[in-house]
Formats: sequence, structure tokens, C-alpha cells
Amino acid sequence: MNAGSTLAQKLIARAAGQSHVSVGEVLTCQVDLAMFHDSSGPRRLKPMLAEIGAEIWDRNKVVLVLDHYVPAKDADSEKIVRITRDVAKEWQLPHVIDSEGICHVVLPERGHLKPGYFCVGGDSHSPTGGAFGTYMFGIGATEMLGVVATGEIWVQVPQTLRMVWQGALQKGVCAKDMMLHMIGKFGMNGGNYQAVEFAGDTVRGLGMQERMTLSNMSAEMGAQVGLIAADHTTREYLKSVGVSQAVIEQSQYFETDDGADCQRFDFEASQLSPQVAAPHSPENTKAVGEYSHIVPSVAYIGACTGAKLADLRAAAEVLKGRKVAAGVQLMVAPASARDQAQAAKEGVMQILIDAGASVLPNACGACAGYGGTFEEGATVISSTARNFQGRMGPASVQVYLASPATVAASALKGHIADVREVLA
Amino acid sequence: MMQDALAFRKVWRVGANIDTDALAPGAYMKHGIEVIAAHCLEVHRTDFAAGAKPGDVLVAGPNFGIGSSREQAAGALKQLGIAAVIAPSYSGLFFRNAFNLGLLLLTCSEAESLQENETVQIDCEGTPQVRNAQGQVLTCHAVPSFLMDMVNAGGLVNVLKQRMADKALSKTH
Repeated sequence: MNAGSTLAQKLIARAAGQSHVSVGEVLTCQVDLAMFHDSSGPRRLKPMLAEIGAEIWDRNKVVLVLDHYVPAKDADSEKIVRITRDVAKEWQLPHVIDSEGICHVVLPERGHLKPGYFCVGGDSHSPTGGAFGTYMFGIGATEMLGVVATGEIWVQVPQTLRMVWQGALQKGVCAKDMMLHMIGKFGMNGGNYQAVEFAGDTVRGLGMQERMTLSNMSAEMGAQVGLIAADHTTREYLKSVGVSQAVIEQSQYFETDDGADCQRFDFEASQLSPQVAAPHSPENTKAVGEYSHIVPSVAYIGACTGAKLADLRAAAEVLKGRKVAAGVQLMVAPASARDQAQAAKEGVMQILIDAGASVLPNACGACAGYGGTFEEGATVISSTARNFQGRMGPASVQVYLASPATVAASALKGHIADVREVLA
Repeated sequence: MMQDALAFRKVWRVGANIDTDALAPGAYMKHGIEVIAAHCLEVHRTDFAAGAKPGDVLVAGPNFGIGSSREQAAGALKQLGIAAVIAPSYSGLFFRNAFNLGLLLLTCSEAESLQENETVQIDCEGTPQVRNAQGQVLTCHAVPSFLMDMVNAGGLVNVLKQRMADKALSKTH
């Protein structure tokens, strides 16, 4: 007899059509949804589909997002965007989201992710979908070809590292700080391509977009997925984005069984300080106080990791009625057009603009490093996910990762600053 | 395509935590694989892309290939003719991508005992082994047979091509 299953095992069992799956087993799973974008998608898939003589297995299960090369910065980028749009028409894709935000944010925003689903994305931050009780992971373009041609993919059932957070976060401390702390503790490959699951009353108390930040940066821990069991908060989110009551009821809400075999790690939320990851790795994480001597020239609030509505609100709370320090350039690239519109409605965008922010397009922007990166010698405090050398500009660029609230507090003070002191 | 077990292969060494931005820099991602490959690893060593010869091997520290899903990170090494990467551990996403492109990854806890410029032989019959000129033998983790088949087929595209052809054939019968 087995002692029960983890959330990861249950999600894989469903997709593989099995009643129970064991850790280490290699299985073929049916894919409920495949997401790809302008970089990993049509420009790579179309010639390969033609080469193997196949067509898309089910266009209703495909979502295409244009976010990496928009707005096009040069002729090469323009060409990629044009190919992407042409192929979308040719394939008659019913779900295309063009220049309206970053894939991992617009996917749930349009109601595409449902609890119980097994999904793949042509982008490494695809574990973001795990926040919805969905098994979702990133794959490369050739593997995506396999998925769109067959509707299937292999997976090895992972072990689960269960991160249990209890207690209340201090004011100004948020999901990004939890995640930077965990990456610092476990390292960039500490997840060892297994499943990470976030649980405990702290996680239960987070809104969907904060949960997405946890799942999103599971990628930086080297996990295949970053799962959170769907609950009442998930249902309310689905309702708010227009998913029908019938679909919400039919979705599958799995949880890790009490006796399931997993590695458990406990964290006390009230003890956590704001965290900062120094160049050039997300695992170079320490409490914010260690870096108060660092003077950024740029404060960047962007990306799927750090510029969702919840992130913009957190930054605005810090900057309300204030101006950023001289010498600091504040840039805000809201993660989606809908989040930006809602932020505008709430006065959040005006607060950021009044504080001195320049507002950039709803796209991956400087985080992907595909265009519009930072200048030689820049020191950046950023709400994004990765600070690899050379990613966001020349090798000389120094990127410190932090929460949007810490980025805002640092812009305000002119040095890396503790948001708790600003909000006190 | 794997692989002449007798061939002597030159070792290129890099360190731990080599990320996909180093292997396939974002600024060149809009270009074809030839251009990306010409800048492969330049943030760590500028002699690699220009000097790597078909059949050479890349030996790295732990966590090779962390970061992005961009398979050009593996594609660039393939483009340069790298026969195999030997490292103690890999990013899981990079691991899948490499085999999908037909690039052999060998997981070996002692990988870092191999030195820059020495020559090694790789034998993939059974459990893969790496042998250096002094006769030192490093045993690697077994590669699952379906992944070894993928390397031998030259990648997933060829596997799928065969699968589609078989499907078409079975329909006509």
C-alpha cells in the first residue's frame, strides 16, 4: 500500500491516465494546454512542423503570446513579430494575445489555466502556472514541436520538496522575499528538477499574484514545477477573470495527502527580512541591511516576476506622495495591459509617475535582455527574476534582485533600503 | 550522432553554474544559430567559440545550463560540433533540451578532475565511461535508453519524422 500521494503525483497521474504514480517513474502525459511566445513559438515551430510533416494536434489547446520582441526595436525583431502574426493567421489559432502583456501573467488573466491541468510552456518561467494547482513547466522549442504534433510529453515523476510557511509576514515583506530567501537557502539548482510545493497558512493567505511570484521563481531554484494547491482564493480569482461557475466546479482540486512521502522544510514568516540577491546570481541572497551601501542608478519594476498589479500596488504604497532620489532612474514596465489599466483606475500608476517613474510597454523588456537593456556600468535594483552577468545589458551591469517594495524604497532613498523603515 | 569510442577528444573547461545567457546571449537570440554559436560562452572565455573543433568535449562544474528554456543554449554547442558535455549536474530544462537536439550530456561526479586541453575517449556502450590519456576512467551515470536513442537519431525532430512516417504508412495499409 502507498502512504498517499503528493499534489505533483496526483496531477501527473491524472494526465497519464493512471490511478497512482510512483516517484521516479517515466510516463507519457496528455497535455491540456501548450503556451508559446514570439521567441520560442512560430518562428521555430513552423519550419520543424513542415519538416516532420505534422499539424497542430488541437489548436484550441494552444495559446500564443507576443511578449518578447514587442514592441519591435529593430528590423530583425520586426521580422520575428511579423512571422509570428502571419503564422497565427495561417494556423487559425483561436487564442492569440498580442502585445498585451507577459505570457505567464496573461495566461491566467484570460482564464486559460485551470486547477488539475497538465500544461507546458515554451519559456522557463512556465512554473508560474503551478500557482493555480496546475502542473506546468517550461520546455524548449523542439520539445514543443513534439507536444504540438502529438499532444503528449514524457515526464519523470518528481519528488516533492514541501516548503511550509507559517505566520504573518512583516509589513513591506512579500512573496518575492520568501522566494529569494528559499533560493538563497537551496541554491540555483537545489530544486534538482523535482517538484517544489508551497504550503502553510502564510501561503494560504497570499493573493493569486503573490502566489504566482513564488511559483514563478521556482525556476531559479531549478525545480521542474512550483505547485500550490488550488483553494477558495483560486476559485475567486477564476471567477473574477470570467471562468464559468460550471468550469470552476468541474476543475480538479488536488492536495498532498498527509502521509505522502515528501521532504518538508519549515519557515517562520514573521522572522523574514526583506531579501536582496547580489550580482550575478539569484542565490547570492542576504537580508537587505547587508547591501545598504549600494547606490543604484536604475530602479526597475518589471517582468512576470515583479510587475503584476499586486507588485505595482506594493511599489505605490511606498512611493505615495514622494519622489525618487536624484540620480536614480525609476522604470516601470507593467506585466500586462489589464494590470496597468486596473492600476491606473486605482491611482497606482499616477503615484508611480508622480514619483518620477517612466512607464515602459507591457512586455518582457529588459528582463529578457532581447532589446532595450541597461547601459555600460549601470547599477540596477530590479524586481525581476535573474541577475546573470550579461543578461540585462553589458557584462559590466550589476543587477541586484529584490521585491517591488524594496526596489521602490531604494529608489526613494537613493541606496538599497529597508522598506520596513520607509513604511514605519 | 554517437560516437566513435576510439576518438581522442580535446577538453575545454568551464566552471560551475554556467547559465543559458552565457551559452546563448540574449542580444543575439534574434539571429540564427550560427551567429548565436559565435558568441557562445564569450562572457567566460572568448577563445571557445572560435577555437572549438568538431568532436571536442566541454567539461563543466555543477549546475550546467541553468536559466532560460532557450534551446539555442544547447544548439550553440551542437553547432560548434561539441560531441558531449561532461559535468556533475545539469539544469533539468537544459538536460531535456540537449537530448532533444541530439547533444549528449554525461553526468559524472568527478568531471572536474578532467583538465583543460587533455584528451579523452568516450565510450557509450552500456554505462558511459570517460577515459583520459593516463588511463584514468571516470564512470558516468547511465543514460536512459530512450534518450540515448534520441542522441543516436540526431534529436527529437528525426524521431518525430520517423514516427509521422510510420503513422502515415500504417494508414495506407
